[in-house]
Amino acid sequence: MTFSPELEARFSKMLESYPPGRQRSAVVPMLIYAQDEVGSITSELVAEVAKRCGVTPLQVEEVVGYYSMLHRKPMGKYHVQVCTNISCLLVGGEELYEHTCKKLGLGNKEVTADGQFSIEEVECMGACSWAPAIQINYDFHHHVTPEKLDQLLDALKKKAN
Amino acid sequence: MARKLFNEPSPLEVKVISKRFGIDNSESLDTYLGTDGMKAFWKAREMSPEQIVDEVKASGLRGRGGAGFPSGLKWSFVPRTNPKPKYIVVNADESEPGTCKDRLLMEYDPHQLIEGMLIAGMAVDSHKGYIYIRGEYRYLIDHMDRAIAEAYAKGWLGKNIQGSGFDFDIYTHSGAGAYECGEETALLDSLEGKRGIPRLKPPFPAVAGAWACPTLLSNVETFSAVPAIIRDGGPAYAALGTPKNGGTRMVCVSGHVNKPGVYELPLGFNLLRVVNEVAGGIPNGKKLKAVIPGGSSCPVLKADECDIPGDYDSLAKAKSMLGSGGMVVMDEDTCMVRALVRIIRFYAHESCGWCIPCREGTTWLRKILMRFHDGRGVRSDIDLIGDLGKGMLGRTFCALGDAAAMPTISFVEKFRDEFEAHLDGSCPHGKAHELVLSSH
Repeated sequence: MTFSPELEARFSKMLESYPPGRQRSAVVPMLIYAQDEVGSITSELVAEVAKRCGVTPLQVEEVVGYYSMLHRKPMGKYHVQVCTNISCLLVGGEELYEHTCKKLGLGNKEVTADGQFSIEEVECMGACSWAPAIQINYDFHHHVTPEKLDQLLDALKKKAN
Repeated sequence: MARKLFNEPSPLEVKVISKRFGIDNSESLDTYLGTDGMKAFWKAREMSPEQIVDEVKASGLRGRGGAGFPSGLKWSFVPRTNPKPKYIVVNADESEPGTCKDRLLMEYDPHQLIEGMLIAGMAVDSHKGYIYIRGEYRYLIDHMDRAIAEAYAKGWLGKNIQGSGFDFDIYTHSGAGAYECGEETALLDSLEGKRGIPRLKPPFPAVAGAWACPTLLSNVETFSAVPAIIRDGGPAYAALGTPKNGGTRMVCVSGHVNKPGVYELPLGFNLLRVVNEVAGGIPNGKKLKAVIPGGSSCPVLKADECDIPGDYDSLAKAKSMLGSGGMVVMDEDTCMVRALVRIIRFYAHESCGWCIPCREGTTWLRKILMRFHDGRGVRSDIDLIGDLGKGMLGRTFCALGDAAAMPTISFVEKFRDEFEAHLDGSCPHGKAHELVLSSH
């Protein structure tokens, strides 16, 4: 399995950043960067990361099962993550999550049939003072109202078509 | 170009570590060097490691991640003459609900963090540092990588930094979504490529941390305070706060306030004044009901308990904690049962499952509380919820169990009337619709 030249360069640098013999350390970052390119954590990817980091596929599998950002199935091209934790909750985070579900016709961790959108109710993402907050892929959006969310999603839908 | 500020500053702030927020190109090394940056590096080069540690001790600096451990003491625990390599690890896994300050410190002033790491490296004879950044903060990983690359390019990282004879390398390391990895030993397991499960202590990371080597591990804000401490002296930093609670800290105000935001305030700044003066008071003329003073794991304070100095010792006296600086403000219309349900859903989701009191305790608390809030609770549940919390407290492998137990016990004790009001099958605050949310 090979990745884009940029990712290959990142991975070679990454493996050198840990002390000699400690290449296992690259497992978590390698998985998340590779997932961004491959789309999800496939068995092939698990085997590849295991090979590169000098561990068994099982040692990679147990890591995949632990971290909430690692997905075994592809999420949408635009993965909409709505925080409903305490600071967001107090200013409408749960209502925003319900609104997002209705708008896209999805439940938690579901993907639209065309693969464009998915939803996840997430835990605190570190935007508490600018709540309610969402992330679309890695992009933060602060002070999100249902109207602002509609605008964001409509713009992405237009882009997708 | 000045980076847009996340919120307007308050005139009541005392800007020490946030002084570069909002100035043009604050993230560039040139701006940093032009605004007192790296002065502390040269000062530290003239000092012995013991003198650096003593200066940090004199500053009264305490860990800004949540536990509040005296930083100078922690630094003195690292056996600097140990022949093994020693590591500096920065905890940038900011995930305590209510906390959003490390994000700003890295975004606006990445070189301040780098300088703090360099000085820590000199103090404990370390030449390599890792910044463990939560996976959700990908833009900050890229941002720190750019700052690190700039520091290398201009001779502020790598071999023989600026001809000083000191070598230091810094790398970023991405997490992938796990609150537990903010616990220092779980973070180290995650850094080593494993599930983030806490380790048995002792040995503490200072003695056996990353790859079983001595490791100085602290929060972003803690390291970011070091340049100012060395530059202006420990006593000057200490004098900004209250006795044994030196300096300033980043307070993240969220919830029901007119001006939510992150503000740098001296330790000991009155909590009620934070709500009413710094953060502009409660919207729509409503009354204050409660404040969670330092992230969702801290025991909640009722409005009449908030007129106290915001420092570690005063909060401890009030049977709560200063924690991570995440101050969550709740107005009179807040349903405290609903708030607790959400807090406990979080801890149940994040429990790593390693120890039974936490894994089972948080799961059962979540189940009982969700049922209770839905109007299907019985009177004996109220005691059961509180007792379950008490049964977990102090009996779990790491602090996550306590983090779930402390809000539970305090919410039930202080807002028992609200729990009782749910017994007739409805939420008195009008939010009676069933929580349709996932139990993810």
